Amino acid sequence: MTSTTPLQDSTAIEARQEQAEEAHGDFRLFGLATFLVADGMTFAGFFAAYLTFKAVNPLPEGGIYELELLLPTINTVVLIISSFTFHRAGKECRAGQLGASRLWLGITGALGAIFLAGQMVEYFNLPFGLTDNLFASTFYALTGFHGLHVTLGVICITIVALQTRPGGRISATDHFGLEAAELYWHFVDGIWVVLYGILYLL
Amino acid sequence: MPIRTVLAVFTATTVLVITGLWVGNNVNLLPPGASSNASTYDELFKVLFSIGTVLFLGIVVLLIYSMIRFRRRSGDMSDGLAIEGNLPLEIVWTAIPAVVVLFVGLYSYDIYERMGGMATLNDHMAMDHGAMQQVSVKEGDTAGRVWGGIGVSGMEAAPGGPVLPVEVTAMQFAFIFHYPGSDITTGELHVPTGQQIELHMEARDVIHAFWVPQFRLKQDIIPGQPTVLSFTATRAGTYPIICAELCGPYHGGMRSNVVVQEPEAYDNWLQQNTPNSTNT
Amino acid sequence: MTLASPSDFEDNLQPQGWLRYFSFSLDHKVIGLQYLICGFIFYLVGGALAGIIRTELWSPMSDFVSRETYNETLTLHGTIMIFLWIVPVVNGAFGNYLIPFYVGARDMAFPRLNAVAFWLIPPAGILLISSYFIAGAAAQSGWTAYPPLSLTTPAAGQVVWILSVLLLGGSSIFGGINFIATILKLRRPGLKLMMLPLYCWAMLGTSVLVVLSTPVLAGTLILLSFDIIAHTGFFNPTMGGNVVVYQHLFWFYSHPAVYIMVLPAFGLVSEILPIHARKPLFGYTTMVYSIMAIVFLGLIVWAHHMFTSGTPPWMRLFFTIATSFIAVPTGIKFFNWLATLWGGKIALNSAMLFSCAFIVNFVFGGITGVALAQVPFDIHVHDTYFVVGHFHYIVYGGTVFVIFGSLYHWYPKFTGRLLNEDLGRLHFLLTFVGFNLCFAPQHWLGLNGMPRRVAEYDPAFTTLNQLSSVGALLMAISTLPLLINVVVTAINGKKAGDNPWNALTPEWLTSSPPPVENWHGEAPLVTEPYGYGQHLEAKA
Ligand code: HEA
Ligand code: HEA
Ligand code: CUA
Ligand SMILES: [Cu+2]
Repeated sequence: MTSTTPLQDSTAIEARQEQAEEAHGDFRLFGLATFLVADGMTFAGFFAAYLTFKAVNPLPEGGIYELELLLPTINTVVLIISSFTFHRAGKECRAGQLGASRLWLGITGALGAIFLAGQMVEYFNLPFGLTDNLFASTFYALTGFHGLHVTLGVICITIVALQTRPGGRISATDHFGLEAAELYWHFVDGIWVVLYGILYLL
Repeated sequence: MPIRTVLAVFTATTVLVITGLWVGNNVNLLPPGASSNASTYDELFKVLFSIGTVLFLGIVVLLIYSMIRFRRRSGDMSDGLAIEGNLPLEIVWTAIPAVVVLFVGLYSYDIYERMGGMATLNDHMAMDHGAMQQVSVKEGDTAGRVWGGIGVSGMEAAPGGPVLPVEVTAMQFAFIFHYPGSDITTGELHVPTGQQIELHMEARDVIHAFWVPQFRLKQDIIPGQPTVLSFTATRAGTYPIICAELCGPYHGGMRSNVVVQEPEAYDNWLQQNTPNSTNT
Repeated sequence: MTLASPSDFEDNLQPQGWLRYFSFSLDHKVIGLQYLICGFIFYLVGGALAGIIRTELWSPMSDFVSRETYNETLTLHGTIMIFLWIVPVVNGAFGNYLIPFYVGARDMAFPRLNAVAFWLIPPAGILLISSYFIAGAAAQSGWTAYPPLSLTTPAAGQVVWILSVLLLGGSSIFGGINFIATILKLRRPGLKLMMLPLYCWAMLGTSVLVVLSTPVLAGTLILLSFDIIAHTGFFNPTMGGNVVVYQHLFWFYSHPAVYIMVLPAFGLVSEILPIHARKPLFGYTTMVYSIMAIVFLGLIVWAHHMFTSGTPPWMRLFFTIATSFIAVPTGIKFFNWLATLWGGKIALNSAMLFSCAFIVNFVFGGITGVALAQVPFDIHVHDTYFVVGHFHYIVYGGTVFVIFGSLYHWYPKFTGRLLNEDLGRLHFLLTFVGFNLCFAPQHWLGLNGMPRRVAEYDPAFTTLNQLSSVGALLMAISTLPLLINVVVTAINGKKAGDNPWNALTPEWLTSSPPPVENWHGEAPLVTEPYGYGQHLEAKA
């Protein structure tokens, strides 16, 4: 391990990080996973708040607290399918089929966009606004925070898809970006399933 | 273990325990008590103070003794003994705190029970969890959502007759007391000795807290969540009521008094201040 | 594998001069010292605010600053001391400096993330402090920011406060992720977890707490800021919101936060004691398990801050018992430290004086803590100066004492020079006396009826408050010998050599100060960081 490189030089840092990875395995995904645990705790806090509000703070009479089920259920299915398509994209990439991988990534991104569009449609058709009552506020806070995550995910998917083009950063052997995006996407999907259960079904 | 060590440990422990007991019983750090649960509280305080003194002094003495006895002499460059563990010893010092803590926990539970803290305040909650959700938050319809506080039923039966309810409203930066029976509204709480008082407390704006150090009682007054606090005053006198929760710039000035009177004097005060009686 | 000769590093590669401490350096040692220096500056600011508090409390009237300013002062004092001094220094500074050495690495796992985590702190701090100078605009609702008070005080200050705490929380989370990855994934081949110096375990436990609890605070503060800015009603009772939910969420973070402030200090003491007592750390394995036990228990005791908040009886009972049980793993650690000292060859230098005083202070604060955990006891003293006394005994008498001790211990590592011992002892004496004078009387004040967070109080309490203020003055004076010592030593202090303490932990097995990438060649494999006693005999 030669380390005669000045630290300020970022290529040296990268080179050294790669060395470290060879010796220790890829810890970047591990770092991301730790971050997602933290992110999950933010959601857990919101869920806990929502459930407590629901249990102890009776809602004022006369409000509308029923949510339409059809659209969110379609959205849930869309998001779950997108997890599978992303998985497929990863498989193709590892097999060296970058073109196919890009296609699947495109489908995943499109599904994500459909989800966001569905969410927007739901927002515009709801009979209550952000500040109407406690339930409404919590509903928007939860779905909005999740929607932010989906938006970020779609952006990441677009970037990753562009990187799979010939000459891009991602190749059959070097595809950290893709795997990171995949892990993140599965996380966002998982959170949605919990959110759907708590918010719409409970 | 050599017999001399055993003896030394034994003597040291005895001296420590005696010191602790003495300190707990003779050093008084609390203001005089004026409610029926103040004496209960002081009992707990003595126990905690004794245990705390024993543990603190024991550890400090041990530490200072080691620092002196095992200090490095100048020029000595050698190492100490390479002892890294001792299972029996480690079991002992895990067990001692565990036993102490368990004892303290159970004992303070008992004390709390005697102070009435474990009483169920919210009948709805006791009977049926679901009922909570049906109660609405509309003004004046809050009786079903009484939260926490020191309760009633655990208390030794109040000799002074039926429970006397008083409504307390806290706002920035004052307490207002209302006697529903006689329709008195006042800024100063008057209570008779020996009768159980039940404060029904509500906050107008932000969180406040009702605290009378001589009663050893405190309860937050929370907007949107009525709370109950009951006590029986035992000693006549005037004691401060202090707001103990930061509630704004004048939090420090949010004080009042509770005037504890013998029943006859209290009845007099009641008579003089009841609006109807003064009119007729 | 080519080995670089030591001279290579010193001549060409050491980044140039003091300027690197102001640059976006990726070197974990530079970042560590950046945390330390930055934190110390904020300590002086927080201390100056404490000075305002103690001056106001010299007399029973509210006569030194306005009531609003007083509330701003105590809010900023608490926030700065916790989020800008203790947490960054005891985690960020020492963690960044030491952990890569302890795991035998050349840097942290994510150097860039590391630098970002540090550089979030100065802007957040400056933001927070700047709100103080805009009249009536700094946050006034205490470091706990309980609604609805925090919704009704001037909004600008509260929003700035939230923003700044969010930035600091983010910094803390990034740091935590980095520590976990470094400790678990970046260990030198052959180095097993149970061979790590105890500070690594402390940082691992702390980082788990950071990762699990800080995001909840972030989420809570986001909701609070919605209430302020967008007029939602999460915590606004007039809109059907629930203020107690805020308290649960807040303390779900802020109780673990107290262990975030103290576990690393436990770790540092566990490094200092064996070296200066020339004995192995007693009970290494149980120390590791007790850290994990504290982490676990720390996550399930938060409601002991809410015994008077109208929580149901079963909840109070549960939290009393759970909280009390933290005394067991903590006690194990204290007894192990005493056993480490027993039979040693203790050098009573400044590092050791601070560490031993830490034991005294912390046991005192811990015992008052266990008393506070008892619901009936807490009912009387909650929100009084008894609580203020409790936590200053722990955060100041515990963590700050350890930070000072660690400074004396690792200063030769940072600079290659030893701090002056006479000045060090003077610093210790002033701090120890001032500290006890300042905070011991507060327990009596609380028991007798002085609530906390008040600018005016019952004149009967004047004498004890003045005693406390004198103690604070002594503490302020005590920073002088420290500052002089650091400055003078940096210029012409005694040369320390590479390993002035004859220590066996890895950071001392390279030169002092260390080369840019930590080791001259391969990192050594240290399997027994506390092998005092046996090794010297073998050598002799
Ligand atoms: C680093 C910070 C730190 C640490 C480590 C602790 C440690 C502990 N704290 Fe403290 N605490 C604070 C910082 C800290 N605290 C702060 C800042 C507040 C106020 C917040 C605010 O409102 O602003 C607070 C408030 C606070 C309260 C709420 C008081 C109130 O507002 O009414 C309580 C109540 O249970 C409590 C309990 C404890 C306990 C049981 C421990 C235990 O971990 C202590 C365990 C240690 C020991 C017990 C000593 C060693 C053990 C032995 C020698 C074994 C033998 C001992 C026995 C058997 C007892 N603390
Ligand atoms: C976490 C660490 C920490 C530390 C280290 C301290 C340190 C000190 N604190 Fe504390 N304090 C808190 C955390 C801490 N505090 C918290 C969390 C609160 C609760 C806030 C709330 O209620 O919301 C609190 C509240 C608090 C109060 C209660 C206020 C009230 O309730 O009304 C008091 C009162 O005495 C006090 C005093 C002090 C003093 C005298 C010191 C001293 O030890 C400080 C010593 C240091 C110095 C004196 C610095 C010396 C330097 C200078 C004087 C030079 C300055 C020069 C320039 C800036 C150029 N603090
Ligand atoms: Cu009301 Cu403080
Ligand atoms: Cu706590």
